[in-house]
Amino acid sequence: MQCDQCGERPAAIHLTQIENNKVITVHLCEVCAAEKGVQSEASVAKYPLGDFLASMGQGAAQALPGEVESGTCSFCGGTLEDFRETGRLGCPHCYETFEPHLRGLLRRIHGASRHVGEVYLSPGGDGVAPPEPAQLLHDLRDQLRLAVDAENFELAAELRDRIRGLE
Amino acid sequence: MSFDLDLLPDGGVSWLDASGPSAHIVLSTRIRLARNLQGMRFTIRADDEALESIRERVLDAGRAAHQMADAVTFRLDELERLDRQLLHERHLVSKELAGLEREGRVRRGATLFTNGELGVMINEEDHLRLQTLKSGFALPPAYGDIERFDTDLGARLPFAFHPEFGYLTSCPTNAGTGLRASVLIHLPGLVLTKEITKVLQGLAQIGLTFRGLYGEGSEVVGNFFQLSNQTTLGKREDELLDHLGKIVGQVIEYEERARQKLEHDAATVIADKVWRAYGLLRYARSLSFEETMNLLSGVRLGVGLNLIPDLGVYTLNKLLIFTQPAHLARREGRFLTDPDLPVLRAAFVRHVLETDAQRPPRAGEAPTP
Repeated sequence: MQCDQCGERPAAIHLTQIENNKVITVHLCEVCAAEKGVQSEASVAKYPLGDFLASMGQGAAQALPGEVESGTCSFCGGTLEDFRETGRLGCPHCYETFEPHLRGLLRRIHGASRHVGEVYLSPGGDGVAPPEPAQLLHDLRDQLRLAVDAENFELAAELRDRIRGLE
Repeated sequence: MSFDLDLLPDGGVSWLDASGPSAHIVLSTRIRLARNLQGMRFTIRADDEALESIRERVLDAGRAAHQMADAVTFRLDELERLDRQLLHERHLVSKELAGLEREGRVRRGATLFTNGELGVMINEEDHLRLQTLKSGFALPPAYGDIERFDTDLGARLPFAFHPEFGYLTSCPTNAGTGLRASVLIHLPGLVLTKEITKVLQGLAQIGLTFRGLYGEGSEVVGNFFQLSNQTTLGKREDELLDHLGKIVGQVIEYEERARQKLEHDAATVIADKVWRAYGLLRYARSLSFEETMNLLSGVRLGVGLNLIPDLGVYTLNKLLIFTQPAHLARREGRFLTDPDLPVLRAAFVRHVLETDAQRPPRAGEAPTP
């Protein structure tokens, strides 16, 4: 099968996309695919995201950056080290303890870090109210500073956009 | 046996009846929701006392849910390995809950609470794994059932939920909606026409993933694939389901087209493959599980192409489940190993095919070479 783009080289990548509610498959050669910014399975492995996805089988935690400050969850005593070993967090509170790290990780796993699905209201109504905007802005600015210090520009860009949205 | 699966309607395998939409290609639709209780450690860090308390709280809430009036409880940490394996082979519990993973042990309080089609695994990787299983390609009704159960349980139990990250789960790969929907689909046409690689590669590009017959970590056998959403966060539940539904619909169309192409371009070859598979199942004296799966795949294709008369998809679905080791052992009333196991499997397959096929295929019905 020839490449749909150049019509010369053999198609090596078969990209399925959804456009206007229709599934379209485009057949591309490696060169045209690279020009369009599509990565083949082989080339994905060269990039951190590919490494990350490849490591998913052994636990998502391995994708965490190697240099992280130590921290311990005040509720369950779990550390990032534990998480890296097991791929499992210790308790719901860990999401707050390791929030900056997890936000980046969730983005890499899911392509997003913000839940947009069903909003849950617990029977007691506790622990689910969204934070006050002023407090949220303050927290986000703190996280932005940390992200810039850690040269995590991907996360910094996301935080900057969220701050702008709130301002 | 220390428990009676017959307590469940249809033994918990009503989805085998092939009554659902597109059941000739899609065996079943499964949806699960991962939930955890606020203020409790996740199961891997919880002590026995906490695990028992989680078990009791979830069971109390589950028993009060109106859909679960007929539900049955199986406490896996008190079951023999063979019984746990049986529940796993029936797709009622995960390998993890059944403690069947390598070096795995059954977690204290590991429990299944189910009415057959709808249920909850307690003390799995997350405190609750709500799950539903339906015949055929049935995402909307499956979600309808599980959403009501989730709402019921969530009104009685405080779930761990974060305004930004959604439902909090032990592994961040499940956070957000906690929703994993999967469709068990039979794709021999795409495998035989070698188009399957293209389809599977395409899935990864659009946020879907595939697994084998038993979900995570399992091999693909007998051309059965489980297609499911890869991500759980950043999209609404209905978006995740719509997306999977559209793609599965497309894959069904591809599969049908591939089957037509095979019928058109290679009718004799296909008929030969199908009848050889049927012949082996009908007369073999020893069958491994993998060979059985592959032969069933061939016969299933033959039934789909109307090559084999008087053999229903229901019979084939039953064979998929009941030829597994723990099921055969339960039937024989003893633990089975080689060489007994493949011999008894072959005898069981012959018996089912003889009983369920209304009449033997006549010579005239087989295509002439």
